[in-house]
Amino acid sequence: MSVLAPALPVTAEERVSVASSWRLIWWRFRKHRLALASALVLIALYVVVLCPDFFSTQDPEATDARLAFIPVQRLHVFDGFRPSPWVPDVAGRRNPVTLRMEWSVDPSRRIPVRFFVTGYPYRLLGLVPMRIHLLGAAGPDGRERLHLLGTDRLGRDQWSRLVHGTRTSMTIGLTAVTFSIILGVVLGGISGYYGGLADAVIQRLIELLQSLPTIPIWLALTAALPRDWSPQQVFFAITVILSLVGWTTLGREVRGRFLALREEDFVLAAELAGASRARIIVRHMVPTFLSHIIATSTLAIPAMIINETSLSFLGLGIRPPAISWGVLLQEAQNIQTVALAPWLLVPGAVVILSVLAFNLVGDGLRDAADPYSQ
Amino acid sequence: MTRYVLKRLVLLPALLFLFSVVVFAIVQAPPGDFLTTYVATLASSGSSISAEQVEALRREYGLDRPIWVQYLKWMENLSRGNLGLSLEYQRPNAELIGERLLLTMVLAVLSFVFTWIVAIPAGLYSAMHPRSAIDYVLTVVNYVGVATPNFMLALVLMWGAFAYFGVSVTGLFSPDFVEAPWSLARVADLLRHVWLPAVVLGVAGTARLTRVMRANLLDELNKPYVTTARAKGLSEWRLVVRYPARLALNPLVSTIGWYLPALFSGSLIVATVMNLPNIGPLLLRALINQDMYLAGSILLIYCFLTIVGTLISDILLAWLDPRIRFEEG
Amino acid sequence: MTAPVLRVTDLRVHFFLDEGLVRAVDGVSFDVPPGQVVGIVGESGCGKSVTMKAILQIVEPPGRIVGGQILFRKDSAPPVDLARLSPKSAELRAIRGAEIALIPQEPMAAFSPIHSVGEQIIEALQLHERQWRPSGPRLSRTEARSLTVDLFRSVGISMPEERVDAYSWQLSGGLRQRAMIAMALSCRPRLLIADEPTTAVDVTTQAQILNLLRELQRRHGTAIVFITHDLGVIAQMARYVVVMYLGRVMEQGSVEEIFHAPKHPYTRALLKSIPSVNVAPRTLLPTIAGSIPHPLGRPRGCPFHPRCPDAIPGVCAERAPALRPVGATQLASCFLYHRDEAAEP
Repeated sequence: MSVLAPALPVTAEERVSVASSWRLIWWRFRKHRLALASALVLIALYVVVLCPDFFSTQDPEATDARLAFIPVQRLHVFDGFRPSPWVPDVAGRRNPVTLRMEWSVDPSRRIPVRFFVTGYPYRLLGLVPMRIHLLGAAGPDGRERLHLLGTDRLGRDQWSRLVHGTRTSMTIGLTAVTFSIILGVVLGGISGYYGGLADAVIQRLIELLQSLPTIPIWLALTAALPRDWSPQQVFFAITVILSLVGWTTLGREVRGRFLALREEDFVLAAELAGASRARIIVRHMVPTFLSHIIATSTLAIPAMIINETSLSFLGLGIRPPAISWGVLLQEAQNIQTVALAPWLLVPGAVVILSVLAFNLVGDGLRDAADPYSQ
Repeated sequence: MTRYVLKRLVLLPALLFLFSVVVFAIVQAPPGDFLTTYVATLASSGSSISAEQVEALRREYGLDRPIWVQYLKWMENLSRGNLGLSLEYQRPNAELIGERLLLTMVLAVLSFVFTWIVAIPAGLYSAMHPRSAIDYVLTVVNYVGVATPNFMLALVLMWGAFAYFGVSVTGLFSPDFVEAPWSLARVADLLRHVWLPAVVLGVAGTARLTRVMRANLLDELNKPYVTTARAKGLSEWRLVVRYPARLALNPLVSTIGWYLPALFSGSLIVATVMNLPNIGPLLLRALINQDMYLAGSILLIYCFLTIVGTLISDILLAWLDPRIRFEEG
Repeated sequence: MTAPVLRVTDLRVHFFLDEGLVRAVDGVSFDVPPGQVVGIVGESGCGKSVTMKAILQIVEPPGRIVGGQILFRKDSAPPVDLARLSPKSAELRAIRGAEIALIPQEPMAAFSPIHSVGEQIIEALQLHERQWRPSGPRLSRTEARSLTVDLFRSVGISMPEERVDAYSWQLSGGLRQRAMIAMALSCRPRLLIADEPTTAVDVTTQAQILNLLRELQRRHGTAIVFITHDLGVIAQMARYVVVMYLGRVMEQGSVEEIFHAPKHPYTRALLKSIPSVNVAPRTLLPTIAGSIPHPLGRPRGCPFHPRCPDAIPGVCAERAPALRPVGATQLASCFLYHRDEAAEP
């Protein structure tokens, strides 16, 4: 054994002193149990994002006016004492005055629920054709439908629509913030590192954008989107619009950091050692505040989600037939409708849950990444 | 400091001019114009309008001229203090905006007062008794409050009032008082209705403010000057209020300037949901219908208020914190 | 012998952290005679600051006084046990600032950045008015201000009328420290606690400050508890010295006894480690072996034994020695001097 072989870190103190900064952040983050739980919630949500059809029970776009406003069929896990999930059946009755079908829950008849059943066809990730769904009704009559969250005025299954809406809303939040980060870091970096004319121009641009009142401009921009654009184009446009105004705060911060870092001795040392500009920026300067960027960006995602939801709610964001949480909540604009079918408000609860989870994770990340905190 | 303020003031008109171009471009961006939407609305409701009539209207409104001409006409009017004519309502824009302005401001002021009266003491208490039962409750409430979009809160409260109490909480007045002239009874009616929107508007802001106040104060409470003050013999409350609280408040007070544009907008989304006669819904309709002078004027006023608001924030911050004042020279 | 102004007996201050119990101060006793300077000296983490905070009852949670007495004597009245008083009580608040005053460590951070220094002194004057001026008309602002100007002049601040309105960050380090001393002395306290007052200033200013303190102490007859890690400062200022290590007193005695006849191995090692100009060039700097243990990993028995060159095997690691007299006014806690204790089972 060579005398010069480094000793393996054994005690806890020693492990801490040789751990990389990411390890340290992970260890500190682990201690915040609430943040950890929230992170799990987010991971679960993003799994749903990857394949919403698997989690749906019905085709989210299938309408049937006769099946309007079916109430929630609550999922029961135990039948007596056996673990055998079931939902109560619904019975319809035609209202003699309005001639519309009115549905109510019929607990006397139970529809058993099974896992991994065959349902409507879909394509996994847009490629692989599949028919398996997580949950489904498996009663004697094969056509029995399962409405875990009821239906809306057009008879569309709310649970499936919620699952699909999750995909849109969570993705928009993430992509908008990603664009903001890219814009902010690149422009802020150029501004801070190179200074001079580029700095002056970008600074003025940031000041200009920050002087604009955000919500009205968003309204105006989204109202400006042509009515005949496809949902995908609208989706992309909304993402861009949301991130266009959001990058300025990050850009300013990044600029400030670069300005300060430029004078640091370790940068000078790297330059003297012959490192290229790009290498200095990417390998030396950026890692010092990367964790801070991640933490603040995680905290920016919930704002994006709320903004998109609000815009879509007003009819200016994601438009039907595309589904997002805001679009779902549009159905709840009419108070009489809501009184009739309170389950239409459930997407709002999911919004609150996801925003809460993001906030908790973001706070946990920020505390874990801050080298000066306890 | 004065130099800095003067510089900003001088830049103001140039900025506004730039914004007016941007705003006008955005408003005109959707294809078609006001008449396109108008005709479509007519068609969907069953009536129709002949092509000649449309052409005549187009000439009358000046919609057949190129965009930059329309823009110049708007600028010309603005320089004379005329905000233009609303194509939809066929009334001067200044009148339309003016009507709703008072109510918008009343609502904004009330929710602002509510927010600060609740948040500052709550944040103070939370920071002085961290990890106590009340602190935990407040923290949970704050987190949920920040996570709730305010229109969602409005929806839930309205539904609750309707489903359980049979009360319909839309609008700012009961049906009898909507068009009535101002009287003491009308004011009483307004007060009865306005508290719910004020609370809805205030909740998210309160939650956020409490959290920031708590965090700021916790930071300050660990600093040596607090120990010195305590060693001098000051009582806890007095020393907290006189020293760290003031320092913790400074960054918050500087955000007051941002309330200026809010005073004008009164939260567009909640106003739409609760059917309040605010400027917000007016803007929304104008944007959707491409009522360009109305939309443009409202947007421009927002921009102006935002710039002024930011300036006020900066001035306030410098005034409260002598360190900034002296650093500027 | 006149009764001491402050008598600390077996003071214990413990910190109840999530990670465990830290015995920051673990049985400290000393007396402060009226009008004298007592120096508390030790390395970082030895508990000297916590002792000081305990006297004023400003120990931050999760720290708490768990035992001992702090008897404070105000003129001829019977002494008050400060440890028994509730930290927020009016009685304690009347003592803080008026009878016992603090000169904190970092004057820059210790003054509020958004109030002028004069403002903060006027506040102290007004707060304790009835104690330093029991009778007479209420203090007016102008009078308070002129008193403050006088105070500034007496501590050697030039141009006092302008300096009264200055902010702490506008003053130089030396001026700030003088302003801090002015604030501490404003209500004529009987006891002054100086927490490392010269650590944050350069050597020249340090000499000036020490001169000032000596001068003021002579003039007003204030007793001073002087906390520092600098042995040289202690030698200049103190009449009586208390040497602390890991929350316990290792040795205490008059300044002559400690510096000329140190008994405890720790004191000896400290004195030996002072670099000297008189040794031959290229002599290794003497150090104390080992390093200060983590507060949660306190050694059993005598806290110094892992680093002590004279540790008695089997004894020093088992039991902690008590503070016992080893001279006229000198006490040490070491088994080397109390063989009978060491022999006890």
